Amino acid sequence: MATTRTGIEGSIAVGDAVKMCNTDVGAADPITPQTHIVEHLAELVANGELDAEYIPVESEHSAMSACLGSSAAGARTFTATSSQGLALMNEVVYVAAPMRLPIVMAVANRALSAPLSIWGDHSDMMSVRDTGWIQIVTENGQQAMDNTIIAFRIAEDPRVLLPTMVHLDGFNLTHVIEPIEFPEQEKINQYLPKNRFPLPLNPDKPVAMGDFAPPAIYTEAKYAQEMNIQNSKKVIIQAWDEFAKLFGRKYNPVEKYHSDGAKTLIMTMGSAGETASVAIDELRKEGMNIGQIRLRLWRPFPFDELKEAVKDADVLIVMDRALSHGGPGGPVASEVKSALYNLAKKPKVVNYVISLGGRDTTVSGYKDIVKKGIEIAAKGSKNEFEIYGVRE
Amino acid sequence: MAKSESEMTWKDLQIGNIVTEPGSAKQYESGTWRSQRPTYDFNKCIKCGLCSIYCPEGCITQNKEGYFEADLFYCKGCGVCAKECWTKVIKMVEEVE
Repeated sequence: MATTRTGIEGSIAVGDAVKMCNTDVGAADPITPQTHIVEHLAELVANGELDAEYIPVESEHSAMSACLGSSAAGARTFTATSSQGLALMNEVVYVAAPMRLPIVMAVANRALSAPLSIWGDHSDMMSVRDTGWIQIVTENGQQAMDNTIIAFRIAEDPRVLLPTMVHLDGFNLTHVIEPIEFPEQEKINQYLPKNRFPLPLNPDKPVAMGDFAPPAIYTEAKYAQEMNIQNSKKVIIQAWDEFAKLFGRKYNPVEKYHSDGAKTLIMTMGSAGETASVAIDELRKEGMNIGQIRLRLWRPFPFDELKEAVKDADVLIVMDRALSHGGPGGPVASEVKSALYNLAKKPKVVNYVISLGGRDTTVSGYKDIVKKGIEIAAKGSKNEFEIYGVRE
Repeated sequence: MAKSESEMTWKDLQIGNIVTEPGSAKQYESGTWRSQRPTYDFNKCIKCGLCSIYCPEGCITQNKEGYFEADLFYCKGCGVCAKECWTKVIKMVEEVE
């Protein structure tokens, strides 16, 4: 396979992926650390490299509103945001999924105020957990680029028609220059058919969208939405399979790393995954029976794949980069516990909240977490979760 | 769509709940909201039609005899017609089971 690797920043690669998907409309407002994605997209449109409308809106609420309109008209639509921007567009983010508008959004994951932080964590991702969007989480620039292309294919599939988010950790992925394999344009054209939205806005055949649903029909509408996202999982997996056939890189809802048969597992989501993998390598070299699982698909949550991946484990140490205040700790661990609760045989789940607001967790940090996590699993703890490295 | 809203299952819904036919709100029975219902003493009625102009629901039309009367499928029982009627034709009474 003749491919070229280019040293390029993750954000620029995502912008290039949007171009290579021949996107029709981009509507976005720049916000750190998403800025380079939309700056690059605006530049591509201004230079005539991408024949698209770039709408420089005045706020994220308007960005997502513009995306609803353009997607409803049948245009391939992209936006990107982060943190406070995602919080500001929240109202409109909820509207896209039940209206079945296949918008693709890159989210450069960043902490939420207050205190003000421009640095990375998953607080913003968790603020849109229940919006009904498909949510894919990436671990490096290559994955972010690939999954931007894949996201259009999934979102616009007539069996799915759901908006799709691609999460990439702020700075750790958005601002890091990596060697990235650029997919060939002809193969992308082959992989990604034209957008075929079934009932687009059309003056010759008027329709009403986003209408009122009285109590007699609202529950059925919500159930339809739920069936829709649950059924999307098989299409997502199919899109990943076909991507692997064409481009050689395979993605899975739950990625496994030495996890089969391992008694201790560490679970990560996002860019933490690769650093943790190095820790796993070192611990295995020291003779520990340990593996790793990495959550790729946050919504729809891959319950079956998760259960399968942890079936041999006694201890499962779950990393979270967000905190549900006054709740059970990290949202990922909360989901994992809920997935495993009714199983007869299940691992003990220990939850570590790590890397809030851009604090690094290093290889030695993960080794330390594994050591402490195993102790907690053996002795038990009154805490629902631990915050790694906090000065008490 | 042939089925009424209360008969439809989730599978009967249009994709994204998109409405493809105009006038679909006509199916919605807002009359169930009503706690009071208008009653009429047509002997006093001068057929001025003021009640139909004021009706926020737009559900008052002339009957065969030319008197103005609310369609109880839509009438929410707000009482605006009774308040505005010059000749005190309309009286609101409690809805009873």
